[in-house]
Amino acid sequence: MPPLCILRGMRRRLIFAAASVALAIGLGGHGARAAEPIVIGHVAALSGASAQSGEAITRGLTIAIDEINARGGLLGGRKIELIQRDDESSPPKGLIAARELIFKEKVAAFFGGIDSPVSLAIVPIANKEKVPFMGVWAAATPITRNGADPNYVFRVSAVDALVDVKLLDYANKKRGATKAGLMLINNPWGESNEKGLVAADKENSAVEIVGIEKFESSDVDMVPQLTRLKEAGADTIILVVNTPPGAQMMKSRERMGWNVPVVSHWGISGGRFPELAGPTAGDAHFVQTYSFFGEQGPAGKRLIDALKSKYPEIKGPEDIFAPIGTANAYDAMHLLALGIEKAGSTDGDAIRAALEDLGPYEGLIKTYDKPFSKDNHDALGPADYIMVRYEGDKIVPVE
Amino acid sequence: MLIPSALITGFGLGSMYGLLALGFYVTYAVSNTVNFAQGSTMMLGAVLTFTFGVTLAWPIWAAVIISLAACALWGVVVERIAVRPFVARGSGSWLMATVALGIVLENVVLFTFGKDPRGMPANWLTTDGFFLAGIKIQPLQLLIPLAGLSIAIALHVVSTRTRYGKALLAVVQNSDAARLMGINVTVAVMAAFAASGLFAGIAGILIAPLFTISSTMGTLFGIKAFAVAILGGISNPWGVVVAGLIYGLAEALITALLGSTYTQIVTFSLVILALTLWPHGLFGHAAVKKV
Repeated sequence: MPPLCILRGMRRRLIFAAASVALAIGLGGHGARAAEPIVIGHVAALSGASAQSGEAITRGLTIAIDEINARGGLLGGRKIELIQRDDESSPPKGLIAARELIFKEKVAAFFGGIDSPVSLAIVPIANKEKVPFMGVWAAATPITRNGADPNYVFRVSAVDALVDVKLLDYANKKRGATKAGLMLINNPWGESNEKGLVAADKENSAVEIVGIEKFESSDVDMVPQLTRLKEAGADTIILVVNTPPGAQMMKSRERMGWNVPVVSHWGISGGRFPELAGPTAGDAHFVQTYSFFGEQGPAGKRLIDALKSKYPEIKGPEDIFAPIGTANAYDAMHLLALGIEKAGSTDGDAIRAALEDLGPYEGLIKTYDKPFSKDNHDALGPADYIMVRYEGDKIVPVE
Repeated sequence: MLIPSALITGFGLGSMYGLLALGFYVTYAVSNTVNFAQGSTMMLGAVLTFTFGVTLAWPIWAAVIISLAACALWGVVVERIAVRPFVARGSGSWLMATVALGIVLENVVLFTFGKDPRGMPANWLTTDGFFLAGIKIQPLQLLIPLAGLSIAIALHVVSTRTRYGKALLAVVQNSDAARLMGINVTVAVMAAFAASGLFAGIAGILIAPLFTISSTMGTLFGIKAFAVAILGGISNPWGVVVAGLIYGLAEALITALLGSTYTQIVTFSLVILALTLWPHGLFGHAAVKKV
C-alpha cells in the first residue's frame, strides 16, 4: 500500500507543477513582460584563497545595481538581476560556469573575476556566443586584446602591458631608478609581465633592466636571487608576484639589509601582505586603479555611504578590502547599464556596438571621455593607475 | 658576495631539509617504512602552533607542547591506518596510503584553517641577529641546525648505547626473532612513527616564522626532505643531516651562480646522478640480508 500512496502523491505534485508552468507561460505571454528582469552574470572566485576578491567585486556590482534599480531599472522599467557562479580560481570551472550563465540563465552580459587564466578560458565562448564579457580585475593583456572581430570582451581594470610601462616610469621618476632588477613569479603571469617589462624598457631610455630573476611560490629564501640583482647593480626592484611569495621576497631583502626601493604590480594587494612581510611591508609601492582614502569625488562619497549602510562591518575606507575589485566593478556595471540603455535591447551584438560608442560618463575612478572604442576595449590606461603602499593594514596613496 | 651569501642561505635551507628528513630515517631504521607525507605533518605542527599560540593566544610554550604532542599522535595514527594494515599483508601500498592520508590532512586543514596563508608575529628569534657577509643571521636560523644536530646525536646515542635503541634496530633486522626475544615489535614501530611525527612537528614550528603558514607549506619541503633522506642513505642519522646541508648548499649555489631558472632542474638532476653513482646514498651502506 505505501508505494501506491507515494505514487499518488507524486502524480498530484506533477499535475500541480504542470499547471503552474502553464499558468506562468500564460502570464508571460500577457502583461508581465515589461517587468521581466535583465539578468547579468558574474563568474569569479567566491571561495578559496581569492574569495575576498570575488566578494569585493560582488559589492561593487550590487551597489551599482541597487542604484540603477532604484532609478527604475533599464529599458523602460526592467530591473537588473545578478546571478553569480563560483569559478574556484579554476579555468575549467570558470568555463563551465560561463556556459551555464550563457545557455541556461540567458544572461545579457557577464562579469569576470581576479584570475587571468580563468578569464582567458572564458574569452572564446563569450566571443562565439556574442555575449558581452566585462573584466573587472584580471589584467592579462590578451583578455581584451584577443584578436576577435567583433570583440565582445571589455575591461574596466588594469592591463599588464600598460602596468609594466607605469611601473618602470614610476621607478625612474619617483624612486630615482636607472637600473631595474626584475623579481618575477615563475608562472604564466610572471612570464607575460616579463615580456611587457622588456617591451616597456625598450621604449623607456631612462631605465635599463639589469637582471631578471624568477622564483617559485614555495621558495623560502630569495637572498641568492636578490644578491644576483644587487651584484648586477640594480637600484630598484620591480616585483610581479602574489602575496605569500612577495612577502618572502621582502623578508629576504630585509635580511640583506638592502634598502632598495620596491615597485610592484598589484599581486601583493590581496591577502595579508603586512602580516606576512613584517615591518618592511610599507617599503613596497604598488599599483592600483583607485583608492578610497583621501579626497573623494561625488561618486566616491556616494559609494562609501552605500557600502557603509549595506555592509555594517564597513566603518570607513580602511574596511573596504580588495578595494580595486569594488571600484572597478562599480564603474563597469554603470558603463554596461549605459550600453544596454543605448542599445535599446539585451541583444549581445547591440550592447557591444553601443559600448564601443558610449559618450562621456562621470564615474568613480575618473570621468570617462569615451570609455571604449572599436579598437580599444580597455576603459582604463596608465594615466588612471595610482601608486599606493601599506601603512599598517591600510592601503594609502603615495602619488 | 655572491658565494658567501649563497653559503649562508644554503646552510639555513639545508638544515631545514635535514631536520625534516630525520623523520624519514627514524621510521625506516625500525620498520623499513616511512610516512611519505612527512611534509604535511610538518605543516600540522606549524598550523597548530599558530592556531593555539596566535589565534587562541595561549602561552607559546603550551602551544608548542600541545602541537608537538599532536604531531606525535598523528604519527601514530598514520602508522595505524596507513602503514600497519598493508605491511601485515606484505603489500607495498603503505607508500600510496601515507601519501593519501597526507592529502586528507592537507584538505582538512584547508577547510578548518582556511586557504589564506598566515604569518607568525615577529619575535626576537627572527628580529634579532648579527650580520655575516652582509646577511642577517637570525637566532632561529642557528636554532634549526642546532635542533637537527641534537636530534641526530640523540638518535645515534640511543641506537648504539642503549638497550632500547638496540632493541629497536633489532626489529628491522628480523621482526620475528625480535618478537621471540621479548621485544614488543608493535610498540617499537609505533614509537618510531611517533618520533617521526615529533621531528616533523619541530621542523614545522621552527620553519613557520621564516615562512608563511598554509595547508600546502609542507608539500615541496616533504619531497625535498625525502630526496635528502635517500641521498644521505636513509640508514644513518648523520648522513641524513649532512645530505640536507649538501642539498641546501647546492640549491643556493646553483641559484646564485646559474640563476633561479636552473635551480630545480640542476639540483634534482644532481640527486639522480648521485644515486646512480652511489645507489645506497652518499653515506649509506648496502644492506646485508642474512639467510
